Amino acid sequence: MVLAVAFANSIVLFIGLGLFIKSVPILQKKSILHLLLSSNWHPLKGEFGFYPFIIGTLEVTGIAMVLAIPVCLLSAIYLSEYAHYRFREIARVTVDIMAAIPSVIYGLWGVIVLVPFVCALGKMLDTPTTGYSLLAGGMILAIMASPVIISVSLEVLRTVPIQAREAALALGTTKWEAIKHVVLRSTLRGIFSAIILGFARAFGETIAVLMIVGNVPKVPKSIFDPAYPLPALLANNYGEMMSIPLYNSALLLSALILLLVVSVFNVTAQLALMRIERR
Amino acid sequence: MIASMTLVLAVLAGILVVIVVRGAPSLTLAMIIQTPEGGYYLGKGGGIANAIVGSLCLAFGASFLSFLFGLPIAFALQKEYLGRRLAQITRLSLDILWGTPSIVYGAFGFIIMVYFGLRASLLGGIIALALLMLPIMIRSIEEVIRMTPPELKEASYALGATRIETTLTVVLRQALPGIVTGVLLAFGRGIGDAASILFTAGYTDYIPHSLFDPVASLPLAIFFQVATPIPEVQQRAYAAALILLIIVLLISLASRFLSRRCSRHIVR
Repeated sequence: MVLAVAFANSIVLFIGLGLFIKSVPILQKKSILHLLLSSNWHPLKGEFGFYPFIIGTLEVTGIAMVLAIPVCLLSAIYLSEYAHYRFREIARVTVDIMAAIPSVIYGLWGVIVLVPFVCALGKMLDTPTTGYSLLAGGMILAIMASPVIISVSLEVLRTVPIQAREAALALGTTKWEAIKHVVLRSTLRGIFSAIILGFARAFGETIAVLMIVGNVPKVPKSIFDPAYPLPALLANNYGEMMSIPLYNSALLLSALILLLVVSVFNVTAQLALMRIERR
Repeated sequence: MIASMTLVLAVLAGILVVIVVRGAPSLTLAMIIQTPEGGYYLGKGGGIANAIVGSLCLAFGASFLSFLFGLPIAFALQKEYLGRRLAQITRLSLDILWGTPSIVYGAFGFIIMVYFGLRASLLGGIIALALLMLPIMIRSIEEVIRMTPPELKEASYALGATRIETTLTVVLRQALPGIVTGVLLAFGRGIGDAASILFTAGYTDYIPHSLFDPVASLPLAIFFQVATPIPEVQQRAYAAALILLIIVLLISLASRFLSRRCSRHIVR
């Protein structure tokens, strides 16, 4: 039993350590700051600047969050406070199904529906685009992150005791005022965690984004430009170009960055959720 | 608020409808039971049986492997075996694992494979997928184990049963619905994951004969075929997506049904 637990805990360490050891060669050659802030990506010349990829990841995730947060939070509030309980159960099942759909199917749907949509939108706004763009990637990520955000914030909202709402209503507040000042105020931390969990999910998503974001290693100028997020970089190149020195190491460094960023976000969110659970 | 709820439901409906409408016309029996023939990727005959069988092999293998490790870990998280502090740390590290992007598992799996001198193979894919499934399985089994009423365990201890006996007889039975849901949830997640098997499982036109053969898989079949410029091949990607979607939805349904069945014998 102790062994089993030790095994469970050591996996995280092993993954982190394995990736770190493999990315040491490139860290010895170049400073981490230079790697993160340079935008020269020429593996054949030995130049590895992650800047365009990091910006690409942040922007695509940012767009996803801007699109997803309002819709998801309003849906969760509706389900928790206004909907009939039977509808709430149906919606829960639906959200579970959304979470279960494989990412490659989201990607395929993005290619069929979102890419032509963004292309048409670009034409309407006089910005020629192929449709394979930041916006399309952000939209698919928004859809993929929403089951996480909705289900976690719904759980959190349901932890508020019914008496708290009744007390506010008894003081003469309207229903919306009770929700705003009592329910949302007391669950702010939990809702924040739900958003962070959604962010982490979107940040590391690979295949669906890779299929529709365009994959051009340049800093995008508008949301109709293609971008190249870190996970897509890793998926496209790893395993092929092992012969170029340091390339392998550079790619594993990007995996390490992904792991670290996502873990930090997840730990923050989970610790906050644990504190809520204890109450 | 109702508008945003409708939007969420409409997007899901849109995804299901588009995949079914695009996939259904090219979904034939030949697609399911034949492996690719010569010139398949130029639009000639054949099917994706290699990918279907490959995906099932990968998912079953990985589920089995992670169940083997996952069940003892889930049991060990009970307070009889572990202090509160350590259990909490373990839960946190499992949550980190749950959130880890699958591409990172793929890269890590590849490092392990290179270290042990393995090529891209069924075994490599199974290892990477098992890592991905492990936290999902443990956390959902453990959620249910935690719901076991303490009185029930105490009754068992009062009769003189040891910790292990209580775990294997009383707790195991109580946890059965959780085990079923956990395994199926992990299976469904594993069968649809592409990023972790991208470098570890390889891709081939044949059905694998041993653990060390490379193996095809449905998600990668979709991923590769949709990238080709030939419409007939793209059609097949849609059909493959429909097959994958049906498998995933069936698993999701089965887990709901089975967990309800198993929870009949539970003491609450």
